Amino acid sequence: MKSRFLLALAAACLLLASGCANVKPWERSVLADDTMRPDRNPLAQGFADHTWFSREASSGGRGVGGGGCGCN
Amino acid sequence: MKSSRIKNSLLGTTLALGFISSTALGADKGIKMGDSFPDLNTFALEGNLPEALKGKVVLVDFWASWCGPCKDSFPVMEELQTRFGPKGLVVLAVNLDEETATMNDFLKKHPVTFTVVRDAKKKLVSTVNIKSMPSSFVLGRDGKVAAVHRGFHGQETRAQYVKEIEQLTSASFASKQP
Repeated sequence: MKSRFLLALAAACLLLASGCANVKPWERSVLADDTMRPDRNPLAQGFADHTWFSREASSGGRGVGGGGCGCN
Repeated sequence: MKSSRIKNSLLGTTLALGFISSTALGADKGIKMGDSFPDLNTFALEGNLPEALKGKVVLVDFWASWCGPCKDSFPVMEELQTRFGPKGLVVLAVNLDEETATMNDFLKKHPVTFTVVRDAKKKLVSTVNIKSMPSSFVLGRDGKVAAVHRGFHGQETRAQYVKEIEQLTSASFASKQP
């Protein structure tokens, strides 16, 4: 029973490991594209931030800088 | 009893295979300082290689148009080529873009006088196995790697280039004199 469990665990680990992609530094052109930046559109980002802090009461809590004072 | 033995051996084999594949993935192959740089003529690079690389100090730089620091490194490499070209330096930029047109667009916007070739099949870069973009190798006149640079860090990298190239070019000239 124990060995069957271990076998299943090992097989699952191998299966998961096969999902890992080793992206070489010279293969990152798509990842380096501007459209991959989550903050590429300042206006959309502003709206998203506004929604976020209105909902969470955490103004400036996203990213660096600012606190979570909720003053606004 | 027999089946549990089979299962155990199967388990052992699976774990061993997993270990081997994980170590193979993490293997640190590539070119390091003191190694002989591969013969560039054997990689079917697109573009014309300079005729006489033998006996020259060569700066081999791997770059792509999508890489910001690569763009920053271009004026520095141009300066190095102008300043140290007469002393025996050859700057060779190896492009790694997916398409030639992308490289050409970049070169139209940022024209350079040093040699640019393209590793279309990614054979050279796979052999050298660079760890970051850009990466460059300073080769002495003996064709051996005298310095390896990972990334381009502005004036810091420029100063290192100048120091290394000054040393390599002047040392070689001094050794030629009787």
